[in-house]
Amino acid sequence: MPEYAPLDLPENPKLSHNITHFARALRRAGLPIGPGRVIEAIRAVEAAGFTERWDFFWTLHACFVNRPEHRAVFAQVFRLYWRDPRYLEHMMAMMLPAIHGVQEDRTAQSAEKRAAEALLDGAQADLPEFADSPGEETLIEVDASATMSGEERLRTLDFEQMSTTEIAEAKRMLARLSLPVKPLASRRGQPSHTGGQVDARRTLRQAMRRGGEMRRIALKKPRPRWPNLVVLCDISGSMSQYSRMVLHFLHAVSNTQGQGWARVHAFTFGTRLTNITRHLATRDVDAALAAAGSHAQDWEGGTRIGECLHAFNRDWSRRVMGQGAVVLLITDGLDRGDVDGLGREMERLHLSARRLIWLNPLLRWEGFAPKARGVAAMMPHVDAFRAGHSIATLEELARAISDPGDDGEKARLLAAL
Amino acid sequence: MTVPGSIDAVQKMLEGEGYVCGRALGTVVFLALTLGRPLFLEGEAGVGKTEIAKALATGLGRRLIRLQCYEGLDAASAVYEWNFAEQMIAIRTAEASGGVDRTHLKDELFTEEFLIERPLLQAMRPQPGGAPVLLIDELDRTDEPFEAFLLEALSDFQVTIPELGTITAPEPPIVIVTSNRTREVHDALKRRCLYHWVDYPNFDREIEILQSRAPEAAESLSREVVAFVQALRTEDLFKKPGVAETIDWAKCLLALDVISLSPDVIADTLGAILKYQDDIAKLQGSEAKRILEEAQATLEPT
Repeated sequence: MPEYAPLDLPENPKLSHNITHFARALRRAGLPIGPGRVIEAIRAVEAAGFTERWDFFWTLHACFVNRPEHRAVFAQVFRLYWRDPRYLEHMMAMMLPAIHGVQEDRTAQSAEKRAAEALLDGAQADLPEFADSPGEETLIEVDASATMSGEERLRTLDFEQMSTTEIAEAKRMLARLSLPVKPLASRRGQPSHTGGQVDARRTLRQAMRRGGEMRRIALKKPRPRWPNLVVLCDISGSMSQYSRMVLHFLHAVSNTQGQGWARVHAFTFGTRLTNITRHLATRDVDAALAAAGSHAQDWEGGTRIGECLHAFNRDWSRRVMGQGAVVLLITDGLDRGDVDGLGREMERLHLSARRLIWLNPLLRWEGFAPKARGVAAMMPHVDAFRAGHSIATLEELARAISDPGDDGEKARLLAAL
Repeated sequence: MTVPGSIDAVQKMLEGEGYVCGRALGTVVFLALTLGRPLFLEGEAGVGKTEIAKALATGLGRRLIRLQCYEGLDAASAVYEWNFAEQMIAIRTAEASGGVDRTHLKDELFTEEFLIERPLLQAMRPQPGGAPVLLIDELDRTDEPFEAFLLEALSDFQVTIPELGTITAPEPPIVIVTSNRTREVHDALKRRCLYHWVDYPNFDREIEILQSRAPEAAESLSREVVAFVQALRTEDLFKKPGVAETIDWAKCLLALDVISLSPDVIADTLGAILKYQDDIAKLQGSEAKRILEEAQATLEPT
């Protein structure tokens, strides 16, 4: 057991109580704050003194915030709390759906509302449901007693043509699917008998065990590392059935251990870009997709691929692609926006990615030709172009993704352009 | 110099070194100095994260030890390495002179004489003038295993060398960790540090910084430059210009003997503030003129 130094609290115990309660309020607002950080904060306030409001703000800020996106929440909770702690509780009570009828004469300002909403995030009972059942979208019921086995048939069946039970079965199959990828050589070394570099440190250590007798030169080789995967998934109306299945697939990819991806970042886009990486980390696939579904608000709406890619390039590409990521772009490419802009954004995306793979469910039609202007603008900038409408094509993708020379149907379609 | 006793004193000390910092950053630096905790600075490139470590080191009269992170950084280049060539020579000499005593040789080979100290180990050693300032720059460029290694080094300020034992810092170094956020650094490491997001400065602060860093620039030019850069940051650019770019640009303009900004001058020197071809292309032609006019309009009243 480590020895803990006795904690010297400020003379006014009320202040430390208040800081503790403030930390609890922040915790409810979604900031990850443990008890250690609270003690740290009390010590910091003690060190900085309690003279000026702004110093106090920045002191607590340094201890409680460790992500830029938490700054706004912190500022608003701070403003609410340190004016009158009881008022905050009152605000929270007011915002709770259970006692929605209780209204005070005082009207809240916009910032206060936002902070209170931040505090209540997750406490809301009526989250929008993630419509999971395909309902009337089931088009064709194929007789299950075909010559192929049921599983075999599912593998080639289009997602859009599956019945509810088939979809459930397909989801189970998807959950077992993985995206194996070839490791890259990192700059770190690991011991190896066949490696090409001399490991001087180990050679000498071995020699010391034999009294300075060097019998063998120890060798090392580069240790493999895996690239990150960034997935941009179109969730607009024209893609609805596919994007859901693809999200199931993504959940499987990002949650299975030993998949060979260092990190998986997932984004959805329709009319705006949403980062759903954190939601996908939830273990239960239905809960994860429901959370992602309620977070992305442009579900089954229109598509503005150019603008969403622009937002991705501007806000995220440097943060998630810094270490050379493979990008999987899942969209039908039917964009009615500015085509020149789309081409530019695709070029930028391609320049910052290790490899850019485009999955297009429309490719399932035999006679698909890149006639749409959006498709024609995006095509030259991708490394590989593949179909993604059934489990079989996703399995194919898994094979293709580890082959750097693979370009899918790109050459054929570029010729048809 | 001893550690300043108040936030004002910290600000004053940094100002004396030509580093203009806001109250927020001053508070965090003061806390890091007083509590002896590492300081984790995150922010866009070119907002002065690295500079603060340099200013702090000269201000306090401490030695600055810099560890530049890169992919594949390992203990051999961050902490220590044995001088193998010297050790081999020592073995051969011992053999040549005859009578190799096994334990004796071992004691002799793994001593500080054959140890090459790398930045982290150097920072644990007592330095003249007091504990050094350890700058761990661009932590996001390295990988997770190194981060995990830093956890031990930063929380206990000690490193372990199997042959020599544990080396503990007699006085913990002042640690400054910076990150450009090209990836998310793990929370476990952030938790051990005081965190601060270094933002772009506002107009007045940037004028102050520019005057402190490029004092030879005339005030009217500095104001124009800062107003233009500030206006540029509100535009939709792939990479917004940082403070370092403002200073660079002002120096470029000085070298060209420019007295006042004009669209032509901007077009010629745009490479000093924008580093992506897309951004530069966007600003060619009438766009630069429009932003310049907007920026000059905000300056009018004074």
